[in-house]
Amino acid sequence: MAGPSLMDSLFQRSLDDLIKGLRLHQPTSESTFISKSLDEIRREIKSTDPQTKSTALQKLNYLHSLHGLDMSWAAFHAIEVISSQNFQQKKVGYLAASLSFHSSTDVILLLTNQLRKDLSSNNVFEVSLALECLSMICTVDLARDLTPEIFTLLGSTKSFIKKKAIATVLRIFEKYPDAVRVCFKRLIENLESNDVGIVSAVMGVFCELALKEPKSYLPLAPEFYRILVDSRNNWVLIKVLKVFSKLAILEPRLAKRVVEPICEHMRRSGAKSLVFECVRTILSSLSEYESALKLAVEKVREFLVDDDPNLKYLGLQALLVVSLKHLWAVLENKDLVIKSLSDDDPNIKLEALQLVMAMVSEDNVHEICKVLISYALKSEPAFCNEILGSILSTCCRNVYEIIIDFDWYVSLLGEISRIPHCQNGEEIEKQLIDIGMRVKDVRSELVRVGRELMIDPALLGNPVIHRILSAAAWVSGEYVELSKNPFELMEALLQPRTILLPPSIRAIYVQSAFKVLIFCLYSYLFPDEAVASSPSLPVDLDPGVTSSISPKEFSESSDVVVTEPLADREMDEGFNPRDISQSLEDVSVGNGGDTVIAHEQTSCSATLKKDYFTQESIVKLLDLVERTLCPLMGTHEVEIQERVGNIRGLTELIKQELPEFLVHKERNVEGVKVKALEIVKLMHDAFLEELGPVSTSAQERVPIPEGLMLMENLGDLEGICGDIQLPIPSQFCFGRPHSGGRESTSLFNQQTDEESETSYECTSLLAEHRKRHGLYYLPSEKLETISNACPPAKDPQHSDDVNDDGQDLVKLTEQSLVPKKKPNRAKPRPVVVKLDEVDGITIAVSKPESKDYLISGAVREVLLGNEVSSAQHKLPDKSSNKRREKDKLDIDQPSETKENLANVGKSETSTSKKSKHHIPGKERKHKSSRTNADEREDVQKDKTKSGHHNPRHKARQRADDNVDVIAQTPVIPDFLL
Amino acid sequence: MIRAVIVMNDQGKPRLVKFYDYQPVEKQQELIRTIYGVLCSRAENLSNFIQADSIFGPDARLVYKTYATLYFVFIFDSSENELAMLDLVQVFVEILDKCFSNVCELDIVFNFNKVHTILDEIILGGQVLETSSSEVVKAVEEISKLDRASNGSMLVPKSISGWTSR
Repeated sequence: MAGPSLMDSLFQRSLDDLIKGLRLHQPTSESTFISKSLDEIRREIKSTDPQTKSTALQKLNYLHSLHGLDMSWAAFHAIEVISSQNFQQKKVGYLAASLSFHSSTDVILLLTNQLRKDLSSNNVFEVSLALECLSMICTVDLARDLTPEIFTLLGSTKSFIKKKAIATVLRIFEKYPDAVRVCFKRLIENLESNDVGIVSAVMGVFCELALKEPKSYLPLAPEFYRILVDSRNNWVLIKVLKVFSKLAILEPRLAKRVVEPICEHMRRSGAKSLVFECVRTILSSLSEYESALKLAVEKVREFLVDDDPNLKYLGLQALLVVSLKHLWAVLENKDLVIKSLSDDDPNIKLEALQLVMAMVSEDNVHEICKVLISYALKSEPAFCNEILGSILSTCCRNVYEIIIDFDWYVSLLGEISRIPHCQNGEEIEKQLIDIGMRVKDVRSELVRVGRELMIDPALLGNPVIHRILSAAAWVSGEYVELSKNPFELMEALLQPRTILLPPSIRAIYVQSAFKVLIFCLYSYLFPDEAVASSPSLPVDLDPGVTSSISPKEFSESSDVVVTEPLADREMDEGFNPRDISQSLEDVSVGNGGDTVIAHEQTSCSATLKKDYFTQESIVKLLDLVERTLCPLMGTHEVEIQERVGNIRGLTELIKQELPEFLVHKERNVEGVKVKALEIVKLMHDAFLEELGPVSTSAQERVPIPEGLMLMENLGDLEGICGDIQLPIPSQFCFGRPHSGGRESTSLFNQQTDEESETSYECTSLLAEHRKRHGLYYLPSEKLETISNACPPAKDPQHSDDVNDDGQDLVKLTEQSLVPKKKPNRAKPRPVVVKLDEVDGITIAVSKPESKDYLISGAVREVLLGNEVSSAQHKLPDKSSNKRREKDKLDIDQPSETKENLANVGKSETSTSKKSKHHIPGKERKHKSSRTNADEREDVQKDKTKSGHHNPRHKARQRADDNVDVIAQTPVIPDFLL
Repeated sequence: MIRAVIVMNDQGKPRLVKFYDYQPVEKQQELIRTIYGVLCSRAENLSNFIQADSIFGPDARLVYKTYATLYFVFIFDSSENELAMLDLVQVFVEILDKCFSNVCELDIVFNFNKVHTILDEIILGGQVLETSSSEVVKAVEEISKLDRASNGSMLVPKSISGWTSR
């Protein structure tokens, strides 16, 4: 490529030309223009003429910064331009470096010397350019190499430079913690500067440092305190408050000292930013001081009623900070909080929502949820989902801690599912199943809610609800014995529109249908046992196995529960035999009594229930199952196919043997064994095994067998067994080989027999396991403990006035948020199974990052004037003592460790310089000597030490005496405490 | 500290971009687009804050202010005060106004370098250093003077060096 010609230089496009050109081009042709310009730049930047080069770089800066072009290729050219004598060019070069250099830019080290030169320049603006650039691109090497220069600049007499050097020091510390040893003293001295700009810059640095690792800065508390009391600059005060909000937590006596000055600022200041910072400091760190807290909450209220949405937003945020410890502060402002729920600003609404959720307790959860749901219905989809999401997450917190009435909550979940924009399907699915497993008493309501969701064909068309439907289907299958109408359930599970479901969920539907079918058959074939309260099992089973199986005590209690609601709801819910018979086309009611054996019926409702299971209804059911599921045998989804195969095998067997059974039954022959009967019984018993929540750490508790290599590479296995079966979902109680589906009935028959053996083995294993670790499973508690007095979950009062939230609001704000105990709770909270490991909150201890740790280590070292050891870290009183003696130390014991000497020397020189107003040039000389690590000569200046008449130091001397008296004093000088 | 200062117009075109911790340029562009997406969906007279944790990670806060066709966006962390940052946006705009006498978008478009100079006088390495507009204006004027001086001295040499470089 030809080098840049003179023509290029003379007719070079300036940055202005480039910008104009960009503005002239349409967005479509813009990219071609940019790439053309980039070509020009690539040519021009190689020019030997510095002006041409810098103009090219300038254009590149622009395109990089605003059009996102890569300019890493030009790094070396940027360094060339920086080295220019011309200020303008240098500036362009530095801008290029600060915009594009980063830690992995390889030429960055070439900049070291130039930076050093410019940092030492007599032109403050050149120094300033170098500082700005260094603060952006600082690397470990740069920080190490340039620390001496920065140290010098920290002592500059020009505040323009000094404050920039102070800000740069922060980046130096971050990259090169050892710089703390050199620069920290000067930094501290600048805290006492009369120049507000300097103090502000130093406080900025300390604020950054202290927020990361507050503990190390406790010794500086007196300086900070003085600033807090004396300063009238809001920027400085804000930073100091931020530091104190960290320190006050560490040192209660310090908190006691600062709380009054902070309140004073809060009362006095007209600057909202400062007032807000005071409020936040009080709320987050000093909330145990009641009067201060009251004042802060008052201020928050002022913010909340302000017209400025920013203040409202921040006020709500501040309340959230305090809500955990002092809920009353939120409750006091509940009216404003709830009003904010309907604010125009989504930020404010979200904050208000969080606060409302913070107010939720077991006493008001009903009302708050009701109000929130009505808000959700009115809100745009995004906020609606926020509301629903926070209801769900709040209610399930700590294993549904705040839920007393689970019936209500489960029906709320059902209600939420039907809200049009609801995107929380997954969470609702999780909770429905979780509650089912954990809370025994709520299962009948759960089944009712599940039924309502499932029988609505419209819901199947909404993909976001599919997850909820899968939970509903699972619940219906698992707890089918609580269902009032299994036939209807079966119809719902097999309805044609289930084709809309994804295969995984459809598989759950089919599996649930299987469970329902087994239940119906069992109830029909063994009516006495289905009703009988005793969990006794057929005698022909091995007694050992029998005892270890504990079936759910569903039968009797379900009858009991059913009794009353059945009568009540006959009309509204279509819950009588007639409806069922209609739905099953033509099962005649008249047939009812025929096949039911006149055993001792415990109640009339039981009779009623048993009436469903007539021969005809069962035949219809089998027909329905066969008719709808057979086509699915051809599906490509193995999960579905497999389950359909299982059901089909069973139905065929039953159909084959049912007549035989009926004959026996009619003749009242006892003791006839029918294969199908046994299978149904076995399956039924298998399904009775309760599924409980499992601790997440359960797996970890299983000891790894000897010789088992978990980390072994199993790649070779693939070749050996190509046909690996998919793992079977958890709701199966036992495994079943995949092949069963298409085989002949007799084969299936046999197989099932074999399997039932294994299944019992599994069940007995499970039962044993359960015995051993009882807590993993639900306690087997008599269901009689449920009182039938459960009020219906949705009392009419709750369900009708959804849109009337004006009233709700009033009600809510007037009554329900007042923390009070309800005098008469309708019923006790049901047992909720908890697993300690899962539910316990694990607090992750965050370790400080290594660099931060290094910085704080160095800081401590400097502040304490001694080599830091971990022991000292733990004994701050001792070290603080030492620290105050630092001045003496360096005179009395010149043979201290080298490091320590260096520090002390530095501190002294800096103080001496300050008192003597050294000129920068002299300082530079002094500094360069330090670069060579010849710290010894610093000591010679120690004689100036006696020159400082600093009140602070006096105060410290005084403090020293106290420290000697009080052994357990922390690092803060005691005059403050 | 302040993590970034971004000025963009109501079309989402960036006019000033300064990240105080290094971000690759593609990431910068992506962040700007994300922020613009949020900004332009917000109505007027709302609060000046945006939830930024999803964009910039935890602890990040964002304030913005709209002036005519421009959005001024400041991103910062918990060591800054939100209201003070809002004030700072105001200070920045006031200074721009003084430096360009009645600043408009075009001034910022055509004075890429100067706007950077101004910003650098206010914020260094993410730390706020100067909030007095007169101080900043004074420094910026000095720098412009130096600029002009070096430029003037270069006018003749440039052509000469151009010739000699042949």
